[in-house]
Amino acid sequence: MSEPSAPTGATAASAPVTSPAGASARGPLGETLLEIRGLQKHFPLTQGILFKRTVGHVRAVDGVNMTLRRGETVGLVGESGCGKSTVSKLLVALEKPTGGSILYKGKDVAKMSGRALKQYRREVQIIFQDPYSSLNPRMTVGDIVAEGWSVHADIAPRKDRLKRTQELLDRVGLNPDYVNRYPHQFSGGQRQRIGIARALALQPEIIVCDEPVSALDVSVQAQVVNLLEDLQDDFGLSYLFIAHDLSVVRHISDRVAVMYLGSIVEEGTDEQVYTTPSHPYTQALLSSVPLHEPHLRGQKDRILLQGDVPSPADPPSGCRFRTRCWKAQDICATEAPELVDRGQGHPSACHFAEARAVVPVDVE
Amino acid sequence: MTQSQIDPTPKPATTGATLLEVDDLHVEFRQRSGVVNAVNGVSYTLAEGETLAILGESGSGKSVSAQAIMGILDVPPAVVRGSIRFEGRDMLTMSEEDQRQIRGPGISMIFQDALSSLNPVYSVGWQIGEMFRVHQGASRKEAKAKAIELMDRVRIPAAAKRVNDYPHQFSGGMRQRVMIAMAIALDPRILIADEPTTALDVTVQAQVMDLLKDLQRETGMGLILITHDLGVVNEVADSVAVMYAGRIVERGTVDDVFTDAGHPYTEGLMNSVPQVEAKGGRLQPIVGQPPNLAAIPSGCPFHPRCARRRLGAEAAPGRDCATDLPPLRLVAPGREAACHYSEEVLGV
Repeated sequence: MSEPSAPTGATAASAPVTSPAGASARGPLGETLLEIRGLQKHFPLTQGILFKRTVGHVRAVDGVNMTLRRGETVGLVGESGCGKSTVSKLLVALEKPTGGSILYKGKDVAKMSGRALKQYRREVQIIFQDPYSSLNPRMTVGDIVAEGWSVHADIAPRKDRLKRTQELLDRVGLNPDYVNRYPHQFSGGQRQRIGIARALALQPEIIVCDEPVSALDVSVQAQVVNLLEDLQDDFGLSYLFIAHDLSVVRHISDRVAVMYLGSIVEEGTDEQVYTTPSHPYTQALLSSVPLHEPHLRGQKDRILLQGDVPSPADPPSGCRFRTRCWKAQDICATEAPELVDRGQGHPSACHFAEARAVVPVDVE
Repeated sequence: MTQSQIDPTPKPATTGATLLEVDDLHVEFRQRSGVVNAVNGVSYTLAEGETLAILGESGSGKSVSAQAIMGILDVPPAVVRGSIRFEGRDMLTMSEEDQRQIRGPGISMIFQDALSSLNPVYSVGWQIGEMFRVHQGASRKEAKAKAIELMDRVRIPAAAKRVNDYPHQFSGGMRQRVMIAMAIALDPRILIADEPTTALDVTVQAQVMDLLKDLQRETGMGLILITHDLGVVNEVADSVAVMYAGRIVERGTVDDVFTDAGHPYTEGLMNSVPQVEAKGGRLQPIVGQPPNLAAIPSGCPFHPRCARRRLGAEAAPGRDCATDLPPLRLVAPGREAACHYSEEVLGV
């Protein structure tokens, strides 16, 4: 086992060497990098062995709109099966959308090919949830981090690669002498740091973080969250932070989108979504989060949702949340509500959107 | 749709009779590579109607100590020492047959991962009914009727229709309800819930925790809740024992411990977790990694990660964090902590 390696402030000093492309060359903060319009991914359901017939579709992602600007973190929350991981796979071009478009710096990713697609994949990197299964057990840490350079050789000349790898390891808080170790010699938190170093190696603009801390112990989660925040400041990175833990998402995100059954039901700044949620699902979700302060116990409205999430293969007509919603009326079954601002200051996909504070404010 | 305004829950006074006394429990695993000390001297008691949370990270020994109580550890490689008294009788010295009589009607357990804890080739009704067939000699028909009754009690909709369904036909939350139905089938005096909601979404977690609390109110059973989630502990438990490296490092009522921690590890945990109530500033993580149980640090096991440690000349005589193991001692009324300098942590 390797000894614990604490993230120290001293490692930040080596930052400029590994700085991707230099923040100055990258353009102003706040510039729109990624624009997602009506994104859809329908997986076919097939029947038959020899002659496969399509008998239906799982609408994993069904009309998602989102914008990601340079230097910001957008949090995407939702429960399991809502399609948030499919969104992340679509973004890094591991899956092809069946509808809608992803515009990266104004260009449609679906129409990219050859060199343009290669460049896109370099600039949009991903960190996976499970640090145990996402690293190849037969490769050394150095090989894992440097692997991307065998495709994108122009980033690091061959003779510099060892040095660059060590700088990256140092930057993410690992001992640079560990380049020849294997993943099993590291703890969960350290493995997640390896995954982060691997993503950084290609000098990305955007990192899609798909549940990056949910497999980690509580005391280690904070280390990784802080590391991600530091890297963002140093390199001007943009994050799409996907998680089911509402507290972590509030902490790290500038804006938050709440997803239910393949589409986004509410979007806004972290303040808007958490203190004045206006979609019934967001309210129910927030009211279910257990609070940490004894004096706040029992001070919130608990909204207990009935039943389970419907199958994405057969979603309800109209509003998808109506089968579990206490506000549902006839219109909800016939007309799907648009994600627009209905006077709450931020968009909400509910015909009867109404701000309601469900999380008590800690006035200590 | 129901909206319940939960009143500021008057936590039930834990004046009930003592059900379980665990005293100086040790569990070690002898392996070829060495001895792994998973539990190193854990003591606690549980009373009727009480909810005790055991809070800790992975490798803190919280699950292993519960498995020792249930008697479901493989011995060997595990070696269990100490005493576990259920209603006054030591379970570690009694015969296997006597233990079997306690498991089920006396103590039962639910596990984190309901899908892998249920048998995929039997219907859920059959698996719930097994409790009655094995322990009470019920006929198949009676067992099935009782299984439906239980599924109703844990609020599985359309129980009579779903009794013949298989585990894969249920959602995660419903599977956990099936597990709970099996665990409460024989009205146990103690229910051990090992991370019962960790694999579930928050809305489902809230439903399952409510169900457990309701069942406890109905039956007055003692509940041992093993979890790493500070929020769940705060909302559900009466008292809490914080575990680190196989030891209890702090114990007290939830109100006391969560308001003012008495051990640096508890303090560190509270500071490192973001809260949903506020965005908060920068997180303050605990440095380093949880210890390797085959090589637990000398002295206080937490000292390599502790911000308040005192070593060598800084330390008071006999209270050097690197060499002297701090005992779990009373540091304030109703509060115990295993830290030489707990009074400073408490700010007394």
